[in-house]
Amino acid sequence: MDFELNADQKAVRDMARKFADEVIAPGVRERDIKHEFHADIVKKLAEVGLLGGPVPEKYGGAGLDYISHAIVTEEVGRVDSAVRTTLSVHISLVELTILRYASEEQKRRYLPELTSGRMIGCYGLTEPDAGSDAANQQTTAVKTDTGWLLNGNKMWISNGGVSDLALVFAQTDKPRGHKGIACFLVPTDAPGFSAPIIEGKLGLWSSNTTELVLENVEVSDDALMGEVGDGFKIAMGALDSGRYSVAAGCVGIAQGCVDASVKYATEREAFGRKIAGFQLVQELIADMVVQTEAARLLTWKAGHVKNQGESATFETSVAKYYATEAALKAAGDAIRVHGGYGYSNEYPVERFLRDAQVNVLYEGTSQIQKLIIGSHVTGVRAFT
Amino acid sequence: MKIVVCIKQVPDTETKVKIAADGKSLDPAGVDYVLNPYDEYAVEEAIKLKEANGSEVTILCLGTEAATKAIRTGLAMGADNAVLLKDENAAGRDWLSVAKTLAEELKALQPDLIFFGKQAMDDDSAAVGTAVAQILGLPSVANITSFALEGATATVQREVEGGIETLTATLPAIFTAHKGLNEPRYPSLKGIMSAKKKPVEEKAAAVCENGTEVVSMALPPERPPGKVIGEGVEAVEKLIDLLKNEAKVL
Ligand SMILES: Cc1cc2nc3c(=O)[nH]c(=O)nc-3n(C[C@H](O)[C@H](O)[C@H](O)COP(=O)(O)OP(=O)(O)OC[C@H]3O[C@@H](n4cnc5c(N)ncnc54)[C@H](O)[C@@H]3O)c2cc1C
Repeated sequence: MDFELNADQKAVRDMARKFADEVIAPGVRERDIKHEFHADIVKKLAEVGLLGGPVPEKYGGAGLDYISHAIVTEEVGRVDSAVRTTLSVHISLVELTILRYASEEQKRRYLPELTSGRMIGCYGLTEPDAGSDAANQQTTAVKTDTGWLLNGNKMWISNGGVSDLALVFAQTDKPRGHKGIACFLVPTDAPGFSAPIIEGKLGLWSSNTTELVLENVEVSDDALMGEVGDGFKIAMGALDSGRYSVAAGCVGIAQGCVDASVKYATEREAFGRKIAGFQLVQELIADMVVQTEAARLLTWKAGHVKNQGESATFETSVAKYYATEAALKAAGDAIRVHGGYGYSNEYPVERFLRDAQVNVLYEGTSQIQKLIIGSHVTGVRAFT
Repeated sequence: MKIVVCIKQVPDTETKVKIAADGKSLDPAGVDYVLNPYDEYAVEEAIKLKEANGSEVTILCLGTEAATKAIRTGLAMGADNAVLLKDENAAGRDWLSVAKTLAEELKALQPDLIFFGKQAMDDDSAAVGTAVAQILGLPSVANITSFALEGATATVQREVEGGIETLTATLPAIFTAHKGLNEPRYPSLKGIMSAKKKPVEEKAAAVCENGTEVVSMALPPERPPGKVIGEGVEAVEKLIDLLKNEAKVL
C-alpha cells in the first residue's frame, strides 16, 4: 500500500492546479452570471492536452493513469464545476467509451479529433421518460438499406448544443427490451438533428444543457458502435467511467469549500475574535475536511482498481455516492461558515452549493448508487 | 545550435517559510518546491528558439536530488535533456560558489547560448548569471525583456529607469530573463509524460568555496494591524495628526 503520489502524478497535479487557478478561476463568476459557455477555456484545455488525459498516446491522448485523471478532474472541479462537467462528459463518457467499445476504425476517426478539441462530444442516454430507468429507451433506430434512421428525444444532455459528435442510444427492437438497444455515433450536423437549450437550471449555469431532438436522422452503418443489442451494456460501461469523473469533481468542490471556509474563518471576526476560534465553527470545518479526505481516498481507491484494468463498477459507485453527498454537505456547511456573506455571490460558496446539487442526480442518483452497492454486496437486485 | 538554461528549484512563493533551528537557513519541512519563476521565462525563450530553428535545449541545475522536480518541469515544457550537479548541501552555497561550479560545467558543455532567470526567488542574489559570464569571459545582458536572434547576433532589450535599452551581443553569450520576456507555457500533459523518458545526467557538483557566510536570518517584524480612524471629511484632521505625530511622515 502506497499513499504517495508518484513523480508523474505530482507533476500533473501541479500543472492542473496552476491551470485551474490561472486560466479557469479568473472568469468563473462572470461566466456563471452570464450563463456563458466556456468555449475559450475548452480551447486552452485542448492546447495543454487536458481534453484527452487518459486516452492512449496513439489516439492523441497523454496516456494518464486513473489517479492522475482524478487529480486533474479534482483540480478543475475545485474552481468550476461547469467546466468540469464538460470535461467529464467529453473525456469519460465519450472518449473512454469509444476507446472501450468502438471499432479500430471508429477510434482512429474520432479519438484524435476529440482529444485535440477539434470535436466536442456529448452523451445522449437520458430521455423525458427514461432517466434512472435508462433501459426504457423510446428513441428508435430503424434499419434501412444503407444504415439507420433515428427518431426520438433526449433530455438533459450536457454539451448538447456545443458538440460535434453525440453518442445516441436507441431502441432497435422494442420487444427485446434492453437487449434491443444500440449505440450510435451521430454527427450533430446531420439533417434532422437539433439541440434546443434547457433554461432555468438551479446551477451549472455556464454548462450547456440541452435536449436532443432527432427527426428522421440518417446515419450510415459505420455509425453503429459495437453490435445491435450492445447499447445498454455500453451505456452502463460509460457510466462506470463517468461516475468516477463526477466523484473526482466532487472531491474538488469539497476541497474548494474547505479552502474558502478556512480563509474566511481566519479573517472574519465576531465577538472580538476570529470566528475560526469558535469550536462550533471548527466543527463545521473539521467535518468538511474529514469528508473531503474520505471522498478523495474512495475515489483514488476506485482509480487504483481501474488502473488494474477492471471496470470497478462497485468501487466507483461507492466513491460517486460518497463524494457527491460530501460535496453537497460541504457546500451547505461552507455557507454556514460564511454567514450571510456566503449567501451572496461575493463569495464562491453559494455557487458551490448550486453546482453541487446536480451531482447527486446525474450519472445515476444517490438512490441508484445505493441500489448498485446493495445488489453488489447482497447479491439481490432491488431496482424493480 | 546548443542552448543551455540554468535553473534553480526554489520554495513555492505561496509557502510560508520558517527559519531552521540553526537560525541561518530555511527549514525545509513542509515546503513545496517549484521551478524558480524567472527561470520559466528562460526555459520558454529557449524552447521558442528550439521550435524556430531546431536548437537542442539542455537544462543545467545545481541542487539536491529533489531538484529533479524542477528539472522535469523544464523537460515537460520541451527541453531535450538535463544535467543535475548534485550537492545535498546546495542550499548552503552562495552565488560565487554556484557560479564557479556552473561555469566549470558550461565550459564542458560548450553551448552557443545560455539563459538564466534574472534572480532566484529564494535568496534574491540576482548575481549568478552575470557572475558566470564574468568567469567565462562571455558577453552578457541581465534582465532582458525581449530577445531576437539573427545569425550569431542577438538583439535584446531591457528596461532601464524611464526607458528601454536595446543592445546586441555576439554569441556565445549569456542573458538573464525578466518578466515580460515571454509568456511561459504550461507543460502539456504529453510533455509531462514524456519528460521522464528524457535523459538526465547526474553527477557530483564540484566543491567551490563560498565568498560569503550567512550569519543569521530573521523574519521581518510583524506589522501592526491597520486601523480605521473614521470616514469622509471628518477623518481628515485626525489622519493628518496621526501622519504628523505618530507615523512622522509629514
Ligand atoms: C444538469 C444535468 C446534466 C445532465 N447531463 C446528462 C448527460 O449529459 N447525458 C445524459 O444522458 N443524461 C444527463 N442528465 C440526466 C441525468 O442523468 C438524469 O436526470 C438522472 O439519471 C435521473 O433521471 P430522471 O431525471 O429521469 O429522474 P427519475 O429517474 O425520474 O428519478 C426521480 C427520483 O426517483 C428515484 N428513483 C428512480 N428509480 C428508483 C428506484 N428504482 N429506486 C429508488 N429510487 C428511484 C430517483 O433516485 C430520484 O430521486 C443530466 C441531468 C442534469 C440535471
